[in-house]
Amino acid sequence: MSNEPLKTQNRKSKIVNPKSLIGQRIPKLDAPDKAMGRMTYGHDVRLPGMLHGRILYSRYPHARILNIDVSRAEQLSGVKAILTAADNPPTKFGYGKDNTPFKADIIRSLRDEVAGVVATDPDIAEEALSLIEVEYEPLPPIFTTDEALAPGAPLIHLEHGSNLFTTYNYNHGDIGVGETESDVVVEASYKLPYVNAAAMETCVVVAQFDPRGHLTLWSITQIPFLLQRDLSEALNIPGSQIRIIQTAIGGAFGRSLDIYPFEPIAALMSRKTGQPVRVAFSRQEEFMAGPARQPCRIAVRAGARRDGKLTFRDVSAILDIGAYVSWGSVTPLVMIETAASLYEVPHVRYKADCIYTNNLVTGAVRGYGNPQSTFFTETIMDQLAEALEMDQAAFRILNANRPNTETPQGLIITSCGLKECLEAVAAAADRGMDSTGVEEQGSREAREQRPGGYGLTMDSPTVKRGIGFASTLNVGGGARIYRSDGCGAIVKVDDFGHVTLISGSSEIGQGSETVLAQIVADVLGLQVSDITVLNSDTDVKPWDVGVHASRTTFIAGNAAHQAALQVRAQIFETAAEMLKVKPEQLVARNGQIEVAAENNPKSIDLGKVIRSRHYREGGQVIIGEGWYDPPTKLVDKDTYKGNISATYGFGSQMAEVEVDIETGIVRVLRLACANDVGRAINPMAVEGQIEGGAQMGLGYALSEELIVKEGQVMNPDFRLYRLFTAADMPHIESYLIETDDPEGPFGAKGVGEMGGTPTAAAVANAIYDAVGIRLTELPMTPERVLAALDKKYGRGY
Amino acid sequence: MKKPITLTVNGDMHELYVDTRRTLLDLLRNEVGLLGAHRGCDEGECGACTVHVDGLPMNSCLRLAADLDGSEILTIEGVAQNGQMHPLQRAFVEKGGIQCGFCTPGFVMSALALLEENPHPTEPELRAALSGNLCRCTGFVKIVEAVMSAAEQLTMSNE
Repeated sequence: MSNEPLKTQNRKSKIVNPKSLIGQRIPKLDAPDKAMGRMTYGHDVRLPGMLHGRILYSRYPHARILNIDVSRAEQLSGVKAILTAADNPPTKFGYGKDNTPFKADIIRSLRDEVAGVVATDPDIAEEALSLIEVEYEPLPPIFTTDEALAPGAPLIHLEHGSNLFTTYNYNHGDIGVGETESDVVVEASYKLPYVNAAAMETCVVVAQFDPRGHLTLWSITQIPFLLQRDLSEALNIPGSQIRIIQTAIGGAFGRSLDIYPFEPIAALMSRKTGQPVRVAFSRQEEFMAGPARQPCRIAVRAGARRDGKLTFRDVSAILDIGAYVSWGSVTPLVMIETAASLYEVPHVRYKADCIYTNNLVTGAVRGYGNPQSTFFTETIMDQLAEALEMDQAAFRILNANRPNTETPQGLIITSCGLKECLEAVAAAADRGMDSTGVEEQGSREAREQRPGGYGLTMDSPTVKRGIGFASTLNVGGGARIYRSDGCGAIVKVDDFGHVTLISGSSEIGQGSETVLAQIVADVLGLQVSDITVLNSDTDVKPWDVGVHASRTTFIAGNAAHQAALQVRAQIFETAAEMLKVKPEQLVARNGQIEVAAENNPKSIDLGKVIRSRHYREGGQVIIGEGWYDPPTKLVDKDTYKGNISATYGFGSQMAEVEVDIETGIVRVLRLACANDVGRAINPMAVEGQIEGGAQMGLGYALSEELIVKEGQVMNPDFRLYRLFTAADMPHIESYLIETDDPEGPFGAKGVGEMGGTPTAAAVANAIYDAVGIRLTELPMTPERVLAALDKKYGRGY
Repeated sequence: MKKPITLTVNGDMHELYVDTRRTLLDLLRNEVGLLGAHRGCDEGECGACTVHVDGLPMNSCLRLAADLDGSEILTIEGVAQNGQMHPLQRAFVEKGGIQCGFCTPGFVMSALALLEENPHPTEPELRAALSGNLCRCTGFVKIVEAVMSAAEQLTMSNE
């Protein structure tokens, strides 16, 4: 096989036990069922008597509803109920408390829910939607943030008093001083698009009220316990009457990080009909009504001294958050982190305005502000290095964050492998492509010796090649966005030594349950096949904030580790009595509890120990509990300073691209990704996160954009919204840098979002290296490349 | 309008009376009760619903069931034999080619069809054959690795 895509580089290793499960490439526990088509995803839930709900969206982006006539729809055979705002509870929901299930009176976007039909069949429901007659009075719409802020602009939410939802202002140091200290100053303006998380499974929910009035929701949420609370508000019923059961989840990527109207709508439909109701999005609905990443415009200035040290960064961003606020409007908080703390910068000013418009509703998408922030931060870094005539990698290494430092923002950086990440990708650039026939052209030496200039390839006079670098800083030890960043865990053992981990965390495909099983099995001297992980039912599992901020391995891992240690202590206590030794002399290995002493080897079967503890007078159950809430703080609400995460992940990427100056097509040949992962508990899973992130990052760079005209998504399908396919993907090299984090479970830190964060910047910088144009609008489509080439070199260059 | 058809699905014959608007995917999921073919887009773009129709891989969301009278269908549920995974499925598991797994049945069916036609694909051939299947989790790296390794293994076991 010619392809050797993966190189796992273990810089340093803490665990000495070669038989340890930590660091093993263990397949996902649920993979066999998934490979055989036996998982039950949200779309697969079938309940007796289940009905189907469909939602009618608005015809106008901004309008007043004058009348809704459902009489014809009601008469259609198979229609069980029709709901409108009259069925809404009196409460509002969402981060900004500005949303309701169905919209009463005022419509604020084309995806506003006007009515819903419940029927025995989805087709009947769909047909009934077409029979509902809604009379609207169109109102003047607002499609740009400029229009939204213009004097006299109509207010999107009257009660908010302004279309400016909120402003973030951040400062450290003094920008004036930074400017004075600078030998070079560069600037740029950016325009970043809407993108969709594009999980392969669309939004779906099945809701069922039982006769007690208790609600069960079969859901694809990432945040079961917060959803329980959010639904309680949205439905005006006690949270204690809401149970969330997570099905197998076909990808989420932040999309399921919030409550969305279809969830309370399904619940209202079930309450009204007394039967379970399923609401499933079509792909078109997913693109239109699912939450998108906020589009934004950003202006950046940055400076450096002649010696290469950074002096300041000054950032001003405007985000179009759409018609309602979700948690996605908190993304500026994450953007601040990269703007203020990626590389050591003494003076930073950052301002972000979040603005209501009549456009799409926006939300969280993997990276949560960081892909946006890293794009401008790292392309500005490139401009600075160029202005200083410094080597791109060396300039970044000079300014890299260092271990055991505190940034002016108050981030306490403990383990930090940024320098090593940069070195790894710089070395990859120098080496050139490692597996195909193009290595000679790819190596830096070969490129520099090539006749015709740095960027010119040998095979075609119109195709030019370049390389680019970018790095990322991401929370790696949770993120205290809410007052708690905690997760609970329970470990229990049955009479036969089989262990169940009940974790508050959720498996959304990322492989967390396998990693958690590895942690528990390692502590108890078992194999992962000896562990069952239960993690999908709020009536069963202990509380957790949810899957976000790359937090699960770190937070849920620490909680599971604690619970497993407690169980081991209980086992050792009983085994010590049975073996007549001290607990300290015992080790758990291969399902046995053994005496470590070499001169007197004794062992006892784990199940026997458990049974002995159960079947005795004054017996005890073996159960361990863990609760981990990291030693972090909420950022200050005015200054946005504070140590939000218990540790930080770092990563660097090197992209090698070819740009065809005739067609404008950019082909990424190769992406080298180095990530400081603390410790890779399961290198295969870590690589999977990075490689999958790269696919999203490449899409953000080159192909993915929801084209929104007058509030309408013009490309709501995979034919026009282009994801990278297997045939489009470059060669990916993954380097795992292990820095052994002091707080992480077995030294690990979070890695879920870093894979795609620096990619767009690395590609943009490589394009500059190839053809000398700085693209500041994503995605970098052939049209935009050609326009930039024309602008720089004139027509017919 | 409804039409009677006979389909063989994973070796079992089904006599069905199908609404002529229904796709093969609708039929498999709602009438036959096989949920392994997934509805990712319902418009032939994502490949999550790929099954074999008379030996050829197809998006089952694009085929009207009523047109398939007499056809033989193989779905993901028919790939494993006696509860044992096919070597291709095992390779997906062992090489890490599965994360959320929603796309996996489609990838397995596409790759299976390729390997039946071309047991020794080059990597570009494989990537082209899989380009009708979308995955949002893996970046395809480990999927490609899995199929290439299964191809090698299948060749060895055939020799």
